Order: sequence, then C-alpha cells, then structure tokens
Amino acid sequence: MANMNTDVMVDNRPVIRARNLGLVFQTTDGPVEALKDVNLDIEQGDFVSLIGPSGCGKTTFLRLIASLDKPTAGDISVNGMSPEQARLQRAYGYVFQAASLYPWRTIAGNIKLPLEIMGFSKTEMNERVKKVLDLVHLSGFENKFPWQLSGGMQQRASIARALSFDADILLMDEPFGALDEIVRDHLNEQLLDLWQSTGKTICFVTHSILEAVYLSTKIVVMSNRPGKVVEVIESSLPRERSLDIRDGPEFIEIAQRVRMGLRMSHSHE
Amino acid sequence: MKSILPITTVSMVIVILWYGFSVILNSTWTKDQASRAGVEVTFSEILKDTMVQQRPLLPAPHQVVIELWETTANKKITSKRSLVYHGWITLSATLLGFVIGTGLGILLAIGIVHNKAMDYGVMPWIIASQTVPILALAPMIIVVLYSIGLSGLVPKAIISAYLSFFPVSVGMVAGFRCPDPTQMDLLKTYAAKKSQLFWKLMVPISMPYLFTSLKIGVAASLVGAIVGELPTGAVAGLGARLLAGSYYGQTVQIWSALIGSAILAATLVGLIGLIQKFTLDRMGLAR
Ligand SMILES: Nc1ncnc2c1ncn2[C@@H]1O[C@H](COP(=O)(O)OP(=O)(O)O)[C@@H](O)[C@H]1O
Ligand SMILES: [Mg+2]
Repeated sequence: MANMNTDVMVDNRPVIRARNLGLVFQTTDGPVEALKDVNLDIEQGDFVSLIGPSGCGKTTFLRLIASLDKPTAGDISVNGMSPEQARLQRAYGYVFQAASLYPWRTIAGNIKLPLEIMGFSKTEMNERVKKVLDLVHLSGFENKFPWQLSGGMQQRASIARALSFDADILLMDEPFGALDEIVRDHLNEQLLDLWQSTGKTICFVTHSILEAVYLSTKIVVMSNRPGKVVEVIESSLPRERSLDIRDGPEFIEIAQRVRMGLRMSHSHE
Repeated sequence: MKSILPITTVSMVIVILWYGFSVILNSTWTKDQASRAGVEVTFSEILKDTMVQQRPLLPAPHQVVIELWETTANKKITSKRSLVYHGWITLSATLLGFVIGTGLGILLAIGIVHNKAMDYGVMPWIIASQTVPILALAPMIIVVLYSIGLSGLVPKAIISAYLSFFPVSVGMVAGFRCPDPTQMDLLKTYAAKKSQLFWKLMVPISMPYLFTSLKIGVAASLVGAIVGELPTGAVAGLGARLLAGSYYGQTVQIWSALIGSAILAATLVGLIGLIQKFTLDRMGLAR
C-alpha cells in the first residue's frame, strides 16, 4: 500500500515546476533582467502556451527548462530533477524558432540525427523516420534536402525530428511564427491531433492570441522588462476541439481574458 | 560550358602577347648578330629568327610546346630526359608533403578550435612560420635532415608540407567555427557527446572550407617540392630541370619545365575540384 501511495505522489508531481525563477544576463551594456520571479506548474499532459510581448523572456524560459541556460535565481525542476539531469536523460524534444535543419542532411537524415546520437539501430531508425514523417504528413519527402521544401514543410520536419525519440515533453518556440495563417491553421490542427494521440506535455511559445487559445489547456501571459508572469489562464475548452470552436462564445471569452492580460502587461511599463 | 568562350579568349590573348614579347625580346640578339656580321636584316628576317633561336631570351610558345611534346611523348618515361620522369619525382614529393601538411593542418585546426590556450599559443607561430622565406629555410631543412641520414624524397616532402599545412589549418579553423549557436544547441538538447558534436556538425559544415584549403594546399605543396629540389642541385625533378636549364642557358627547357609544373598544378587542383563537386553535390550543399 505504501508503495502505491508513493507512486500516486510521483504521478501528481508537476512535470515542470518553477519557483521564483529568475535570470539576469550580464551584457556589456550592464545587466539585463530577462526573467524575474516566475512561478509556474506544468502538469503531465498539459498544453501550455506562453504569450507576451517580444523580449518578455518566453524563449529564455524555454531555454531554462531545456537547460540551455542556467537560472541566476530560484529553482526549476523537470520531471522532479534538475533540468540538466532531465536533458541528459533526453526528457524533451525542442523545436526552435527557425526550423534549423542541417542543410547537408536530407529530411530523413535530419530526423535520424537525434536517433544516431542516441544509438538506435538502423532498422529502428528507419521505422521511426517513417512513423514521424507520417505524423507530420511529410511521407515521400525523405530524400529531399531542406532547401527543396517550403518553410512550413521545413518546420514540420523539425517537429518530426523532435518527436522521433519519444520524449514526453515537447518545447516549441514560436514554431509557426513565420508562416502564413492558412498553413498555420493547418499545422495547429495537426499539432492538436498529435498532442491528443500521444499525451505529451507541450510548452508552446506564440505571439498569437488565437493560436494560444485554440491550442492550450493553460495560457501563461507574460510581461516585459523584467520578464514576468502576469496571469495564468486555465482554459475551459474541451481537449477534443476543431477549428470551428474558435467561433464559439467560450473561445471568445477566453481570448478576451488573454487580451486583457496582455493589455495589463503593457500598462506595467 | 558557358566558361569556354571566356577561357578561350583569355588564352588566345596570352598566346598573342607571348609571341609579341618573344619577338621584342629575342630581336636584340638577332640584331646584334647581324651588326657583328655587318649585314642588314629586314623586319621579316628578324621575325623569322626570333621564332627559332637556340637560346632565346623568351622562347616562343610553339618552341615550348614542341619541347614539351619531345620530352613527354617521345621519350621513355624512365629516361633522364623525359619530363614525365622528372614530373613524377616532383609529384611524389608533392603528394607525400600534401598528405603530411593536410594532416598536420587539420590536427592543428582541431586543437585550436577546442583549446583556448592553443588558439592563443599556437596560432601566432603558425602565422609566423609563413613569414620566413622558404628559399632561406629550404637549404637548412635539407642540411639538417641530411645530417640525420634523410635525403631524397622525405626532405622535399617536408618542405612541401611546411608550405601546405598553413592554408589547411587556417581554412579549417574557419570551417570548424562555422556552426551557429542554434545548430550547437540542437545537439545539446540531445545530450550529444563532444565527439558527436565534432563528427555530426563541425566536420560536415566545414567541408566547403576543406576543399578550398586543399586546392590552395596542393598548389603550395608543388611549389614546396620544387623549391626543395633547388638547393641540393638535385639531379631529378622539375626543380632540377629548372636549375639545369638555367646553368646551361637552356631557356626552352626552363620554360617547358615551368609550363609542365603549371599543368601539373592545374591537374591536381582540378582533381580536387572534381572530388569537391561530387562530395558537395551529394551533401546537397552545391546548389
Ligand atoms: N544571451 C543573451 N544575452 C543577453 N541578453 C539576452 C540573451 N538572451 C536574451 N536576452 C535578453 O533577454 C530578454 C528576453 O529575451 P527572450 O527570452 O528572447 O524574449 P522573447 O523570447 O520573449 O522575445 C530580452 O531583453 C533579450 O534581449
Ligand atoms: Mg523568443
């Protein structure tokens, strides 16, 4: 019985937990407070969007989770351990703002990159490449080089790469920021499908209120200088949702709350 | 194939200029001879004579071509009078030196990009090494190596390596430093090891730099091998042909050795260019 209890305890622990998290960059122009006093819990299976004006520390927050940067204040844990340990256990897949595919590798080659590093067998690699390319609807493009694909396709390939090694957490930094709205809608739908079918925890940075509300179970509104969390909005929308949901009254109400939060964040300046 | 027209045009201009200078430079000797003999020469006689002198100041292009043909196609390649024989002697030192120089250059570049102390400590010496005139250094290298029992191929290859490691190391340092922060962060998110960072990112991204460096390096290697043949008064090799030619005033031989080495250099650079095109095509980097 005691064992079961601890199991339940572990399950209930947030996947990502930030307490009074802060990061000050020392630059030649003096210190820049990129992030201050961030408190946030992200639960297993959450789809969390970070939204806020540019320079409010969204990227910085993701990079702290990913242990690409180190905090100068507060604590952060990922899967109950330090971000560094989590990174070494390959706990997350990171999708950068630019697709950042290696130009000398084909699409399949790019997706194999993490798999090669993690030491998967050849057959396993090929199976996984096929599977994730299917997921992002890029089958048939295995042998193309990145420059032969459109921006949207490149970004999908980079998502496939982040999915290929089955990390439970997906960190995405404005992955669709540079794409036009039609492509973006389409990719948003696909991303939701993927999230629902895999049960991953997703942490997603965006500039778009529509995108944030449409995708998320939790919307984190941030403000500028220093980067802070001003509001965390829990979405009441069902997990199963289609694009039409954006015209419903519930969606519009949540969108308004986000907009208010963003307006408040500006009045802080 | 668009390049054929400009290349032909430039070659034609060079050949015409060459003929022009042959006439101008060699006519002095023709006129001297004539005045010594007390005869008048017409312009057409001067023109004719400047094309066929035994020891012209500047041999006419066709004289060099004939000499090249005579000493390559019409001589056994084992003959001391065959340019192929001498070319091979120089080429073997060039290739050995090129391999040593390239290896050394790449190793130094790897050290420099991975180690700050090496960057500050070794880089200045690498640059300084190339400011010493190789013509002054070559005899010393040969003498020192001879005293420890090394002569022939190896000393020449070392001089050749001395010249070729430089462009390779400088080029590869630049190449290895190409990855941008995101490309590195990506590997960090996979918890990649240092060796994986090297093989999966730094090596492929530096390929275009490698081939450019190799082209410069192989040309420098050839120069090094030829220079290495001069101080010993060598009996074989393109450098020896140049030296012997100048001892005996055999300008046609000098020029055919010069053109021969230019052809050799162009072939080597061209070969590397082919490998470059093939490799970069396969890597999707040649667009
Ligand atoms: N490596 C860095 N060095 C110095 N300042 C940085 C660095 N990275 C980010 N910053 C600063 O930190 C702040 C937050 O940046 P960022 O997290 O990229 O914002 P966002 O992604 O929300 O646009 C900005 O003011 C930015 O200039
Ligand atoms: Mg950003």
